[in-house]
Amino acid sequence: MSRPAPRPTRVAANTLGILAFLVSVFPVYWMVNSSFLARNEIRSPTPTWVPFGGSLDNYRTVFSTDQFSDALRTSLMVTGLTIVVALLFAFVAAVAVSRFRFRGRMSFIVTLLVIQMIPVEGLFISQYKMLEAFDLLNTVIGLTLVYVAGVLPFTIWTLRGFVAGVPYELEEAAMMDGCSRTQAFFRITLPLLAPGLVATGVFGFLQAWNEFTLALVVMTREDQRTLPLWLSTFADVNRGTDWGGIMAGSSLIAIPVIIFFLVVQSRMTSGLTAGAVKG
Amino acid sequence: MSSAPTSPPAVRPTSPPAVPVDPRPRPRRPRRTPLPYVLVVPSVLALALALGYPLVRQVVLSFQDFGLAQQFGQPPEWLGLENYRTLLTDPYLWRVTLRSIAFCLVNAALTMLIGVGLALAMRHMSRSVRLLLQTGLLLAWAMPVVAALTVWQWLFDTQYGVVNYLLTQLGADYTGHSWLLRPLSFFFVATVIVVWMSVPFVAFTVYAALTQLPAELLEAAEIDGAGPVGRLRHVMLPTILPVLLVVGLLQVIWDLRVFTQIYVLQKAGGSAQDTNLLGTYIYRLGIGGGEFGMSAAVAIFMLVLTVLLTAPYVRAMLRQEG
Repeated sequence: MSRPAPRPTRVAANTLGILAFLVSVFPVYWMVNSSFLARNEIRSPTPTWVPFGGSLDNYRTVFSTDQFSDALRTSLMVTGLTIVVALLFAFVAAVAVSRFRFRGRMSFIVTLLVIQMIPVEGLFISQYKMLEAFDLLNTVIGLTLVYVAGVLPFTIWTLRGFVAGVPYELEEAAMMDGCSRTQAFFRITLPLLAPGLVATGVFGFLQAWNEFTLALVVMTREDQRTLPLWLSTFADVNRGTDWGGIMAGSSLIAIPVIIFFLVVQSRMTSGLTAGAVKG
Repeated sequence: MSSAPTSPPAVRPTSPPAVPVDPRPRPRRPRRTPLPYVLVVPSVLALALALGYPLVRQVVLSFQDFGLAQQFGQPPEWLGLENYRTLLTDPYLWRVTLRSIAFCLVNAALTMLIGVGLALAMRHMSRSVRLLLQTGLLLAWAMPVVAALTVWQWLFDTQYGVVNYLLTQLGADYTGHSWLLRPLSFFFVATVIVVWMSVPFVAFTVYAALTQLPAELLEAAEIDGAGPVGRLRHVMLPTILPVLLVVGLLQVIWDLRVFTQIYVLQKAGGSAQDTNLLGTYIYRLGIGGGEFGMSAAVAIFMLVLTVLLTAPYVRAMLRQEG
């Protein structure tokens, strides 16, 4: 769509682009850079801009604490479960709203929209009390339950766009060729939905991997912390003494997410727009 | 939900199909089956259990005296509107509310301005610069909140922070300046972090919407004599308005409920009393102070506030939905 812009416009836009790039990237760079610095380089009046030494000590420190591996295990379990359950639930619901006309369909859709506006920060007290009553505080199941509910509305909403984007005529054609409705769905539509499932799965992954507030409320026991909670307590204890370790911990949490994100980003953004624009 | 003229006569919702139905469903308007209901049940149950039930419980809680004694088994006392009366007459609540609204509006406005600005500028960048910028934005977007917060704290660190170092190099004496002590500079740091993290989503989404814009439309406007401002106002903005609405709405909601940034920065040295927003206030009353009834009342207050602030947007979106 872009025609060549007039030169001054292009120069101005490029300058702005490079500036914005630097501002976006610098904190990420600084995190990784600091994580490789030795203690005396970190605590020095002049910053060390490039980690030539490449010390891995900070990473060794992080890996040697039990709390980190506990947190890693909890985070992996909660994230994995959340993605699987949320995708499964959302997928069947999305099929229902985009392939069937049924009573209550519209109110379901509107409810999803409205639920997305409820600030979770306004509900965590009663979610805490509920999980306490169910004896689910400090459990993977308890945290997963609230996470699934947190990601479902967006996930259904987005998947709905993807399912609607697969023309029903394709299924019809397959049925003409002798497939049953179910077969047609699984052979024709499902493969075409793979990108949508990936995009929404990534969304669930990011939410569950990075979530802080509910984890803070629900997971109070030290050995049941998720990674963000671990990082925040680790930083509390070590602030001013071990910034290198803190940055190594931050990098360990962020880098898988960043790599994941870079790999799937184009699908992710088109998925977001599909969910937001179509319907 | 208009039925296309080609679709078979709609079965009335109340009357069961009298004739044995063709096992093969009709296109577009399949026979009435309980299937769609079965398909939405898991989601409905999960949402009802993990959001609906707490919401009801929270409303009930907000009418009760539920403090530490009740936590240890004493039955809660029904207070009616007492919690709300106490709360609404407390000037502190209004300070926190105004602070939250101001923080929300400033952050949402800055994010939208910068995000939309970058999206518009991306159209004029060279391909290589645009890719560079998009990669940078992705990196910022993908940073987990808590990791981003620790990095920014490190950047703003009193003794060894790069920000203080650079400002001092530029001539201002920022040696040993601590950013989190004063509320205003505390919120400045929080705003920098929030905006840095939220701009990528806006920029990407709006840019994606702009790429859907047909080039012919812009050219036609140009031939008709529309300048850059005219094209922006009369061609681009109307086309991407639905996207702007959705994205703007999300920003307002997200920035009103910001919790992690404030909570973590408070622990790093801010005074909670002077920097509480609604989210952290609820947390400190409830989980921190054991005043569950009061904190539930603040939460309901916050829910109502969100609904009021977003009502116009929601109406616009529902109208779109038809």
